[in-house]
Amino acid sequence: MGKVLMKGTEAIAEAAIQAGCRHFFGYPITPQNEIPEYMSLHLPKHGGVYIQGESEVASINMVLGAAATGCQVMTSSSSPGISLMSEGISYIAGSELPCVIVNVMRGGPGLGGILPSQADYLQATKGGGNGDYRLMVFAPSTLQETVDLVQSAWDYAFKYRNPVMILADGFMGQMMEPVEIKPHETDRRDVKSWAMGYYSDRGNERTLIKSMNLTPELLEAHNIELQKKYDRMQKEDTMFETMDLDDAELVIAAYGTSARIAKTAIAHLREEGYKVGLVRPITLFPFPYEAFEKIPPSTRHILDVEMNMGQMIDDVKIGTSCKYPVSFFGHCGGLAPSVEEIEQECRKILG
Amino acid sequence: MSETKIYSKPRSWMKDVHTHYCPGCGHGIAHRLICELIDELDIQKDTLSMAPVGCAAMMYDYIDIDYVEAPHGRAPAVATGIKRVRPDKMVFTYQGDGDLASIGMAEIIHAANRGENFTVIFINNAIYGMTGGQMAPTTLIGQKATTCPLGRDPRLAGYPIRMCELLASLETPAYIERVSVAKPKYIIKAKAAIKKGFEYQMQNRGFSFIEVLSTCPTNWGMNPVKAFEWQMETMMPYYPLGVFKDYE
Ligand SMILES: Cc1ncc(C[n+]2csc(CCOP(=O)(O)OP(=O)(O)O)c2C)c(N)n1
Ligand code: SF4
Repeated sequence: MGKVLMKGTEAIAEAAIQAGCRHFFGYPITPQNEIPEYMSLHLPKHGGVYIQGESEVASINMVLGAAATGCQVMTSSSSPGISLMSEGISYIAGSELPCVIVNVMRGGPGLGGILPSQADYLQATKGGGNGDYRLMVFAPSTLQETVDLVQSAWDYAFKYRNPVMILADGFMGQMMEPVEIKPHETDRRDVKSWAMGYYSDRGNERTLIKSMNLTPELLEAHNIELQKKYDRMQKEDTMFETMDLDDAELVIAAYGTSARIAKTAIAHLREEGYKVGLVRPITLFPFPYEAFEKIPPSTRHILDVEMNMGQMIDDVKIGTSCKYPVSFFGHCGGLAPSVEEIEQECRKILG
Repeated sequence: MSETKIYSKPRSWMKDVHTHYCPGCGHGIAHRLICELIDELDIQKDTLSMAPVGCAAMMYDYIDIDYVEAPHGRAPAVATGIKRVRPDKMVFTYQGDGDLASIGMAEIIHAANRGENFTVIFINNAIYGMTGGQMAPTTLIGQKATTCPLGRDPRLAGYPIRMCELLASLETPAYIERVSVAKPKYIIKAKAAIKKGFEYQMQNRGFSFIEVLSTCPTNWGMNPVKAFEWQMETMMPYYPLGVFKDYE
């Protein structure tokens, strides 16, 4: 299949099917309804199952059950729905099960709005549910990257037996772009060793998948093992992109749609002679702190650009060891910073 | 001298374990019936279940089958996920009244209404056992619990919920029955009901629900004998035994 023009949400769904996803459970919420709609039509044709859960709470627990059988299962939702799923996500992470969760973010807090936003950075990367757990969080900034990340998400989910979240914003969901979606095979060779339903294959040994441990030493040991996994992600699997860093005096830190807008602003600013570069984290957890080590000594300032109130700024400060002043520019509530606004902010900083 | 076998443990019972249940608790009896049926139907290698949150949270320590842990009340959703991926396997949930009739009310009603092809075993002991005797949705009017120390008052807490009757109002479920484990004659019937639930699942007839009237001597503040009497005298009139829905 060559490139075809597709809407973001549908590209996500088709990419998932082409990567082997056969089970989807979800509950309607704007702006991601085209994903479950697409799944409800197309999954049965591939021998899969789509079920509309009675809530996000139920949907994520259906995902938990399906994931326990070692299949490729997915759900998608938007911000308030992800909040409801947080209990289940914590159990899935604690029970070390693989799944893919798509969050097409909208403005918050509470019911917020339905327009594009990046308001769930902290929820996705620092928690949401209870306990010491982490999701792998991918933040694509083009549709082709979205497709590629959705497809590789199961590779990581099965590599680490951990939930992976695609953190997209409403722009990514609604925009149309040419994309190429290829079949993708996920390595699930070892599922029989841990998943439910293989009692005989394991030589009459049952599997027990759980997060509870009432013995504090054992629960601590479990947490230490989880942490080793998160440390390994940090070492092996960060992803980022940098642009125009070499001589940069101002470096913009941005991901997803904000990064895309920033790139256009940087191109214009460069033409005007302003030395501006970009660090674009693609994995938000594990956060690519090392990308910020590439910032050259010429740098005087870091500008964090997001569609929220500056949720990534702490990670940027950690990544730069607070060597540079870091400020924030952005919009929230469904508004995005415009190219002109970013340019103006950069000119102001560079004087 | 010939030996007469009077007792043996089911094969699907974990080797050398004793339950943590209090003396006179109905959970142990229900577990035993499930294990006997797993043996009789020869489904040990093909049965997948989930532990609830409640006193039975560690039932995987006693029953030797594949297990996953479900969050409080969510077992019917977890079971939906499992069974939809593995329709070739036997799936059952086992849930207390706090788990199923309070926090998990939405999950049980919708699983029943979708006609999910699995078996639900609902342990009604009219109280929250695990957390120390708080009021459950099934606590009887006037019954004392730690969060209704003067007895359940319907003006404050409404009337106890009858799950069988509630679910029987739905079109889809295949089989709904209420049983008890208070006496051998009831236990025999309880086993037959669970067996029917399992068999209906094997025949792809859809959702089956067996409510088991149980006991919680510890939180009822009674000895085991008194607890079983109380169940028969007080619970049974409000929660009548019988079949509420049957596919046949
Ligand atoms: C989300 C959540 N809320 C509350 C609890 C605390 N909790 C544990 S068991 C339980 C009640 C269980 O009662 P029931 O389902 O009747 O089972 P029993 O212990 O009586 O067998 C509660 C409220 C929890 N574990 N998770
Ligand atoms: S507290 Fe009640 S329900 Fe729990 S084990 Fe003891 S008697 Fe059984």
